[in-house]
Amino acid sequence: MYEAIVLLPLLGAIIAGAVSLVGASKRFPGEDPPPPHDDHSAPLVPEDHAHGAPSPDAAPAVSHDSHGEEHGGEPSAAGSLGSELITSTFLVISCVLSWYAFYDVGFQHHDARVTLFSFISFGDLHSNWALRIDSLTVVMLVVVTTISSVVHIYSIGYMEEDPYKPRFFSYLSYFTFAMLMLVTADNLVQLFFGWEGVGLTSYLLIGFWYYKPEANAAAIKAFIVNRVGDFGFSLGIFTAFYLTGAVDFDTVFAQAPGLVGKNFHFLSWDVDALTTMCLLLFVGAMGKSAQFLLHTWLPDAMEGPTPVSALIHAATMVTAGVFMVARLSPLFELAPYAKTFVIFIGATTAMFAATVGLVQNDIKRVVAYSTCSQLGYMFVAMGSGAYSVGMFHLFTHAFFKALLFLGSGSVILAMHHEQDMRNMGGLRHKIPFTYWMMIIGTLALTGFPLTAGFYSKDAIISSDDVVKGGVAAYGFIMTTLAAALTSFYSWRLIFKTFWGEPHDRHHYEAAHESPKVMLVPLAILAIGCFAAGLPFVSIFTGHGADVFFGTSLKLGTADTIFEDVEKLPVYIEFLPTVMMAIGFLVALLFYIFRPDIPVALARDQKPLYEFLLNKWYFDEIYDFLFVRPAMRLGRLLWKGGDGFIIDGFGPDGVSARVLDVTRNVVRLQTGYLYHYAFAMMIGVAAFITWFMFSGPH
Amino acid sequence: MTIGLGHYLAVGAILFTIGIMGIFLNRKNVIVILMSIELILLAVNINLVAFSVFLGDIVGQVYALIVLTVAAAESAIGLAILVAYFRNRGSIAVEDINLMKG
Repeated sequence: MYEAIVLLPLLGAIIAGAVSLVGASKRFPGEDPPPPHDDHSAPLVPEDHAHGAPSPDAAPAVSHDSHGEEHGGEPSAAGSLGSELITSTFLVISCVLSWYAFYDVGFQHHDARVTLFSFISFGDLHSNWALRIDSLTVVMLVVVTTISSVVHIYSIGYMEEDPYKPRFFSYLSYFTFAMLMLVTADNLVQLFFGWEGVGLTSYLLIGFWYYKPEANAAAIKAFIVNRVGDFGFSLGIFTAFYLTGAVDFDTVFAQAPGLVGKNFHFLSWDVDALTTMCLLLFVGAMGKSAQFLLHTWLPDAMEGPTPVSALIHAATMVTAGVFMVARLSPLFELAPYAKTFVIFIGATTAMFAATVGLVQNDIKRVVAYSTCSQLGYMFVAMGSGAYSVGMFHLFTHAFFKALLFLGSGSVILAMHHEQDMRNMGGLRHKIPFTYWMMIIGTLALTGFPLTAGFYSKDAIISSDDVVKGGVAAYGFIMTTLAAALTSFYSWRLIFKTFWGEPHDRHHYEAAHESPKVMLVPLAILAIGCFAAGLPFVSIFTGHGADVFFGTSLKLGTADTIFEDVEKLPVYIEFLPTVMMAIGFLVALLFYIFRPDIPVALARDQKPLYEFLLNKWYFDEIYDFLFVRPAMRLGRLLWKGGDGFIIDGFGPDGVSARVLDVTRNVVRLQTGYLYHYAFAMMIGVAAFITWFMFSGPH
Repeated sequence: MTIGLGHYLAVGAILFTIGIMGIFLNRKNVIVILMSIELILLAVNINLVAFSVFLGDIVGQVYALIVLTVAAAESAIGLAILVAYFRNRGSIAVEDINLMKG
């Protein structure tokens, strides 16, 4: 059964990929596919209109219906429907099996270990290709397969106009496979395989519209920023292997307690071995989960199609870092400094991303920063030792964030690929269903009572509060404030998009509700926004977590954490809700009753506004610190190393010298008869002279 | 003064040198080169005949006749080539004949 869960998406990916290849070679026999014409790519390129000022006058006078037909220029690839159905069906099967596994493993405690085959066996290094099925895994299985199948189905509608559907679905399914490989990993190497697999598909899907330069740039950025994290992660794996001589989790965990207090010598420093290992591994998590300092790729990743943003850059892949910390909880429990660092980074990210989210105008970017911020929350929980609570937020967040993204996708489609919120407004009359779905997602995100986010976010803030120490207090303050900011920017999104006056008449008039194939997934996720909360509270928090997760999570200090949480003063429990209410009220005031206030505020606090709008100038700083020096170094090596040294003295240099010599030799050959005759005569004369003077022998 | 072998050889050497100079001091005409080659061959013939007489060996004179024949044939072929060349290229100036240039 577990093989089926993991391998069915791979099978789907292979079939869809084959369909895509065959179709491509039929459509473009013996040549590369030409980039679509500008007018054809218009329906595929949301950014086209995104930054333009609203200009109803300049809008072409065509109604929406004829619009779609006009732009449907390129026909869908052959086998589009087939690959859609195959991949989606496989995913749904995988999803159903996962839910059964969730019940079987989580509640019946039938943990399983399926060894598929030996992966690496080299010297002391042995790693098997094995599926490790325990409670932690099944939670992830359920999240990944559920969101993935919902997104597959949604994409059938969203990608309707795109000619390259088989390729898209192949990537989506391959992503799901890699993610499942990651969550079922039994050793660090396999985890790393899944890790890189999702990184690859993330790259491919961000750059899915490869003829858009911004999409390519974003894809490359995501890949490179993730390399930084992955470098740390691989160093962490090396450290684990160096210290324990194994890479499989059981052996590493078993040996970890013996490593407490052990130092290892690096250059001239003695560093604590376990702390170093955990920090290095956490750097990997920071990259993948877009934490502070390594977050810059996530907002840019929104260049990809919206379903991709929902699946990869909100619900599943970016939570891989959180999952990894949970999986390695027995290690982190033994490294308190590393845990403190996790809280610090998580809290900073939560706050930082929330502040940037306040002023963004691109609907997807707001949600992206919100994702970043919520991931920070999860890490705060992880660092506090409440791993199950972090997993709870991961679980609920997957539903409401996917809902928000898919809802945004529906809005974007309704607005005919308009992403700028300034050009929206008043849409609640046009797309009421999407509107209500977005409301539900927002309620869950902001932690409205009874929604899923309420339980998980509350639990995070409370469990952080019981941890002693300055950083934990910092985490508590940051997460509480970020809760208010979250509420503010989420409602700002709703108000600017769905309320007020429409700013772009043309698009507003043309707005239409999305097809059913997109609305049903929204409804499923909306149900999840409630169903993922209350019914699961008892298994993710409190003593139920011990029973549910068993040995798969090491709830070290958390043995007592939940008891401490119960002893917290009552006001702590209400604090996040109060914060949410404050955020909501401020957003209501700013964007419904007094729309002039935010404008005035942005004018009065211009430096602050610019600071936030430019994302704390992180891109500029990195550009200055890393990108430009790297470019300079590259230019130096290119011009100096390659151009001057290699081409001057290396292989090219040698051949150039040979050419120089021959050029001079050629100059000797005048082609004039008398020159040759002269040379012959001189030669004969020389010979004769030589014979005469050397005498007879 | 008796005319000895040395005088004959001197005349041959002078003729030979004139021929050589004619070949590579000549900048005008290919026909001059052909004529210079004839001069060189004649210089050789004078040497052959002179040695034949002074050594009393008739083979040298026979050989001189053969050289004359070959020279005549060579001149004929050379002139024929020149005519063909002139028809093709419209010039037999030495400056223009540099097809062998790399």
